Amino acid sequence: MSTVTSSPASSVASRLRAVSPRLAIPAGSTIGPIVAFLLACAFFTTQSSQFLSGGNLALVIQQVMVVGTLAIGQTLIILTAGIDLSCGAIMAFGGIVMAKLAVDTGMPPLLAIAAGITVCASFGLINGLLVTRVSLPPFIVTLGMLNVAFALTHIYSDEQTISGLPSELTALGNTFPLGRTDVTYGSVLMLVLFAVFAYILGQTAWGKHVYAVGNAPEAARLTGIPVRRRLLAVYTIAGAVYGIAALLLIARTGVGDPKAGQTDNLDSITAVVLGGTSLFGGRGLVIGTLIGALLVGVIRNGLQLMGVPSIYQILITGILVILAVTVDQLSRKRSQR
Amino acid sequence: MIRRGIAFAAIGALALTAAACGEGSKGSGSGGTPKVGLITKTETNPFFVKMREGAQKQAAADGLQLMTAAGKFDGDNESQVTAIENMVAAGVKGILITPSDTKAIIPAIAKARAKDVLVIALDTPTDPQDGTDALFATDNFKAGELIGQYAKAKSAGTTPKIAMLDLAPGVSVGILRHNGFLKGFGAANVDAKASKAVTAPQVVCAADTAGDQAKGQSAMETCLQKAPDLNIVYTINEPAALGAYTALKAKGLEKKVLIVSVDGGCTGVKGVKDGQIAATSQQYPLKMASLGVDAVAKFAKDGTKATGYTDTGVTLITDKSVPGVEAKDTAFGLQNCWG
Repeated sequence: MSTVTSSPASSVASRLRAVSPRLAIPAGSTIGPIVAFLLACAFFTTQSSQFLSGGNLALVIQQVMVVGTLAIGQTLIILTAGIDLSCGAIMAFGGIVMAKLAVDTGMPPLLAIAAGITVCASFGLINGLLVTRVSLPPFIVTLGMLNVAFALTHIYSDEQTISGLPSELTALGNTFPLGRTDVTYGSVLMLVLFAVFAYILGQTAWGKHVYAVGNAPEAARLTGIPVRRRLLAVYTIAGAVYGIAALLLIARTGVGDPKAGQTDNLDSITAVVLGGTSLFGGRGLVIGTLIGALLVGVIRNGLQLMGVPSIYQILITGILVILAVTVDQLSRKRSQR
Repeated sequence: MIRRGIAFAAIGALALTAAACGEGSKGSGSGGTPKVGLITKTETNPFFVKMREGAQKQAAADGLQLMTAAGKFDGDNESQVTAIENMVAAGVKGILITPSDTKAIIPAIAKARAKDVLVIALDTPTDPQDGTDALFATDNFKAGELIGQYAKAKSAGTTPKIAMLDLAPGVSVGILRHNGFLKGFGAANVDAKASKAVTAPQVVCAADTAGDQAKGQSAMETCLQKAPDLNIVYTINEPAALGAYTALKAKGLEKKVLIVSVDGGCTGVKGVKDGQIAATSQQYPLKMASLGVDAVAKFAKDGTKATGYTDTGVTLITDKSVPGVEAKDTAFGLQNCWG
């Protein structure tokens, strides 16, 4: 900032120059998560003869499709230096809305699905409005929304699990043969969503804005990025993605379950963090999140195949999260020097 | 630097995995041993710890390898679905499960049964009950009924004012015990098959405790605000009962109020012995698990499938028995307790 002069105009110009290198820092790397993932796979291959098969790997993808999809929305929000504690609860409510409309009111299934996704997007919009217009911290806004959505789910569902769903709602849980392996349509949808968001975040101006907002909101504003509008869009889009996760959840379990998703907020944050995205915002790749989600799935599946009690999966995931955040913090300090 | 760091982290985690596995797979033998899976609602509840112990012992006796898994919280259906899938992938002969969500688990169980895996529900029936091959469980409605009858007989001659310290909304075990208690107390129109908790004129307060001692205490405190003269407390389990006792004692009411409960855990039975809880309905998780493992061993051996419902029994435990309600004392309770 040595070029600052008394003129306000040139001051802005110099500040822009000062911040521009920061806006241009690399979005992150997925090498670390990939190495961890491959190591885990290699390890389990040596430990269980059933691990390395097409069927089992398809199973792992199927098992992470709900949390993985939620984690796409979570990644968007964390990239803006926010956090979303309400994603699982919003998803559960969206799922109940879809199931109840389709079963109880006889609404056409596709319309019920659209309604559920719209409801989820609206929750995202409200989160976004509270963050941008009332300037509340995302942690508090989404903590409140977590409880609101949780309660609405139980009130609206009357605590009852909804079964007997029309086939359209569970279609994504069906499988198609790929070689000798059965793959669920929902797994494919999740992978497609990851590809779409990888493109949007990496290749479009909108995506670059998201990173800029997360990196340095003030600098982003000064460079002419409509920060509040971008944030609002991020929360709303994340909400819509939770709606798609709700559909996947229904497809996976075959019922509308009011108790679903209660730990999925933290599980999605886990996937994002293991994928190398920084909780401080502005750095990370959505593909890393996919690998993070798969890593959790592989550890759970591999340990289960070996006959290790599931409590160890939680222990190991916890340690991995702490390590991943430590690595992020250290590398941040290093880059600030 | 980031790369090296994360790679390092991964290696560390894997080393830990290896350590965990070394412990977990001890004595599991070669791949030829038939496997049996046990999926409980949670890992940490002493009830399920006892169930796991029983299964482990019986599996060793029957020459089976036991795999275990659990949900992260009571009601966590998705983790149970995942565990079923993984166990089927691991080639288990049979799965024993305490379903967290009695309806939502049905499709996943159906998929496992389609692959010729014997599925037995322990402790909690699925909805519908024939979603599994067989059910080994306590009759939770009867467990409630026993303490209801006891409380009714014990409070004869007074105006009963009841606080219901329940489990959580929509959980079948909680509803069955709650409704059973009211039936035992003489409430009209209680149906053992009702899917929702009913109420009765004598009930002055109802609150959820999640079966947790601290939450049981807060629930009791709130109920005392609402109805300071209540004289009977139904509790979903013994931790909730002990929480209720703490709250009552703080107000000096512990001698005036009758607490009844369900479970028969060792801490709970001691509470009965010490007079904190008047009576409890004891159930037998170890028996559920050993019967279940035996059934899978039989299926692995000659293909015979267990069917139908097996009542693993429930006994009223109290040291102050009343005529007309069959009960055993705490000496018996402590001999047969779990946890």
